[in-house]
Amino acid sequence: MKFSRRNLIKSFAALGSVGFSNRVLAQDKPNPNNLPPNLPEWTPDLGAGVDENPYGSPSEFESDVIRRNVPWLTASSQSSVNFTPLQDLEGIVTPNGLCFERHHGGVAEINPTDYRLMINGLVDREMIFSLDDLKRFPQVNKFYFLECAANGGMEWKGAQLNGCQYTFGMVHNVQYTGVKLSDLLRETGLKPKAKWVLAEGSDTSGMTRSIPVEKILDDCLIAWAMNGEALRPEQGYPARLVVPGWEGNMWVKWIRRLEFGDKPYMTREETSKYTDLLRNGKARMFTWVMEAKSVVTSPSPEKPILYKGIQQLRGLAWSGKGKIKRVDVSLDGGKNWRTAQLHAPIMTKSLVRFTLPFEWRGEELLIQSRAIDETGYVQPYIQELQKIRGKNSIYHNNSIATWLVSKSGKVDNVRLG
Amino acid sequence: MYVWVKIISALMLTSLIGTSSLEASERAFNLGSIATSQQVKGWDIDVRPDGVGAPIGSGTAFDGEEVFAEQCASCHGDFGEGVDRWPELVGGDGTLNTHDPLKTTGSYWPYASTIFDYIYRAMPFGASQSLSFDETYQIVAYLLYMNDIIDDDFVLSDQNIGLIKMPNQDGFLLPDPRPDVSTINGNPCMKNCNVPVKIIGKAKDIDVTPED
Repeated sequence: MKFSRRNLIKSFAALGSVGFSNRVLAQDKPNPNNLPPNLPEWTPDLGAGVDENPYGSPSEFESDVIRRNVPWLTASSQSSVNFTPLQDLEGIVTPNGLCFERHHGGVAEINPTDYRLMINGLVDREMIFSLDDLKRFPQVNKFYFLECAANGGMEWKGAQLNGCQYTFGMVHNVQYTGVKLSDLLRETGLKPKAKWVLAEGSDTSGMTRSIPVEKILDDCLIAWAMNGEALRPEQGYPARLVVPGWEGNMWVKWIRRLEFGDKPYMTREETSKYTDLLRNGKARMFTWVMEAKSVVTSPSPEKPILYKGIQQLRGLAWSGKGKIKRVDVSLDGGKNWRTAQLHAPIMTKSLVRFTLPFEWRGEELLIQSRAIDETGYVQPYIQELQKIRGKNSIYHNNSIATWLVSKSGKVDNVRLG
Repeated sequence: MYVWVKIISALMLTSLIGTSSLEASERAFNLGSIATSQQVKGWDIDVRPDGVGAPIGSGTAFDGEEVFAEQCASCHGDFGEGVDRWPELVGGDGTLNTHDPLKTTGSYWPYASTIFDYIYRAMPFGASQSLSFDETYQIVAYLLYMNDIIDDDFVLSDQNIGLIKMPNQDGFLLPDPRPDVSTINGNPCMKNCNVPVKIIGKAKDIDVTPED
């Protein structure tokens, strides 16, 4: 039988506890022939040679650690989104094949030899750069999180999707290698009237967003590598824009052009989408920064508590405004909090890992986490956001989630009120 | 090569801005190549709200009806009402402040330029940049007509697309007012906090989570 944690979780009730006195939810049944004092089946025989798997892949026993999508969300899989399995990840690096995808016209396939980046408009010299040109500029290597503005968007009106992956998984965190725009623009020069940049992709959606020049010169990159290897096609191969701390839609993939102008371009994405509709029918525009947020990745709906006794609660926190200063965790729905341990490195605009050990005796828990960033901003409750913005904003829901742990150890996404 | 690039660069500057290039910055790394105006023209397809960038062309809603039926209706419906989960393009007037807002080109989009820019660059879905400029003006005119913004004989063109006043043009707020919640200066309540802990909703009861 193929190991499938999820299926086993679903059928946990049918199985009794096996072997371990504190175990409350059964997982898989071990094969006693592989346990001490017996010789495990994988020991006598030769395994795969070095020529069998030139580009490695995870163990077959990890086959449920994958991106997942919600088919009913969108009309087509080419203009859609899938979600990072945060509940299965450790540390702060998102493996390249697990970084969530958001496309507006599918994945563009680009031969890097044919790749060109054009810079035009209010520059001293309108120029074109090949990928080789870009790689000859001084390079930087930086970790940044990328979060879709719609992450958690389905949860505005109530607890809707029963999973850490589906409610928080439109975020990933990788190390980018690229050239700073401020270096690249030393080549083109910039006219004093240049206040806005139009970033344009070369995929079939021709993705476009307007970005203020100050941000472009501050910390934006053209990146060609992630986590040490070339960008994955679904992440913009061979080059994408990196806009640290700001909403993922602006990080234009397959980037082909930067146009400098004196006004914003008011593209479809920054007017009809990615604007935050308020209760009074007016909408906020140019809400770029991703405010501080955190999530408990385990326990979570996908990660029930399997044993009584010591637990290692794990989670992730991030802020588009800088470094995470502190993360607090509550086990009683926010009445009492304790501060979690943050794990180095703690970098600006990057995911941070936190953990908190606790003892579970089989009681009901209401688990929450709240992030505090270096500006002093505290991750809010949804009610605070709703009070000001209403329930139709879709975007920028950075509120505290609640996981209900039942006496069986099962975990559900719930809304408190 | 180095010298050649320098010369071309200086020539381009002169031709582009028509003034002395004395103020222009020096190139720092001598990487990349100068773009010709023809190269830029081929890729510079964006259209701004004031009409800057609008390509020469024109069209009426009367002409657009047929183009729309051919190119757009299979997803958006003959009258922009939307098919299956594809977007509705017409209607929604007066819904933005209700529980069920309908955001269409007529009720929500603030600029006609954006409709042109988006249709030309990204539509029809899966055949982007295949429409002619005139066809694109015709489709935009048809959408504006169906949303009661222009008459069916109004000739929409590069000359007037920047002058169209959309119903929701003043519906957007700037700048970003966040943080818009009390931040408690980084010192939130830690003990015996007064928060609601009653469960008022469970995702599993909504039952829309994909099974796998």
